[in-house]
Amino acid sequence: MQQPTKVPHYTKYHPRWFRPRVSVYWWLGQWQYLRFILRELSSVFVALTVIMTLLELRAVVQGPVAYARFQHQLAKPGVILISLISLFFVLFHTITWFNLTPRAMAVKVAGKRIPEWLVAAPNYLIWIVVSGAISLLILRG
Amino acid sequence: MLRSNEAPLWALFSTGGVVAAFLIPVHLVLFGLVFPLGWLRPPTYEHLLGILRNPLAKIYLVTLCSLPLFHWAHRFRYTLYDGLKVKHLNELIFAFCYGGAAIGTVLAVYLVWRIS
Repeated sequence: MQQPTKVPHYTKYHPRWFRPRVSVYWWLGQWQYLRFILRELSSVFVALTVIMTLLELRAVVQGPVAYARFQHQLAKPGVILISLISLFFVLFHTITWFNLTPRAMAVKVAGKRIPEWLVAAPNYLIWIVVSGAISLLILRG
Repeated sequence: MLRSNEAPLWALFSTGGVVAAFLIPVHLVLFGLVFPLGWLRPPTYEHLLGILRNPLAKIYLVTLCSLPLFHWAHRFRYTLYDGLKVKHLNELIFAFCYGGAAIGTVLAVYLVWRIS
């Protein structure tokens, strides 16, 4: 048998990936995509509320005059508007978070999966009770 | 083997999401709308100070500030990656998001520690 005298020349071949270019504005294409991004952005308003709480805490640390001044600043129309927008997004976070519970936990009773609303409902109940308790504690003074 | 730090970050995101869902709305409604709009009288300084002197209230406040910030950090990080397609700025975004959450936590601990 004749041995090959030269190693054949191979060219490396790699198929090109099929990766269609996605626009930066892809989330404006469909309502579901936009809702997804809005839900993700709700975290920004959660962070804003935390910053407001930290500022309130700082005012309390600084004394009664700073506390009164901070209360006055919170009543400015621009701040009220930010609070209103924040409330919309914070509630959006709460509702979507609670409604995700049945997707994350498949609760079964006697081998049968119980309805989604029955898994989500206790969250709402606890939310109302906890919010009421915190309000009472703060408003008592 | 290279260990990923995604699991603890995801756990912080998840716990922060729960804390934010249950506790953030009532604080925003009271301090952001109800008191500023004059619907109800805000608590007096002495009353608020009295609540905040309780060690349990201090732990509550640090939790209220810290965990939702880590929730924000994780969600905002991925919103920037997916929404704005800026994954190449990974290190910068990572430092901004989790660094911000860590600073917020340190600030909360410092402020409740100052209340005596």
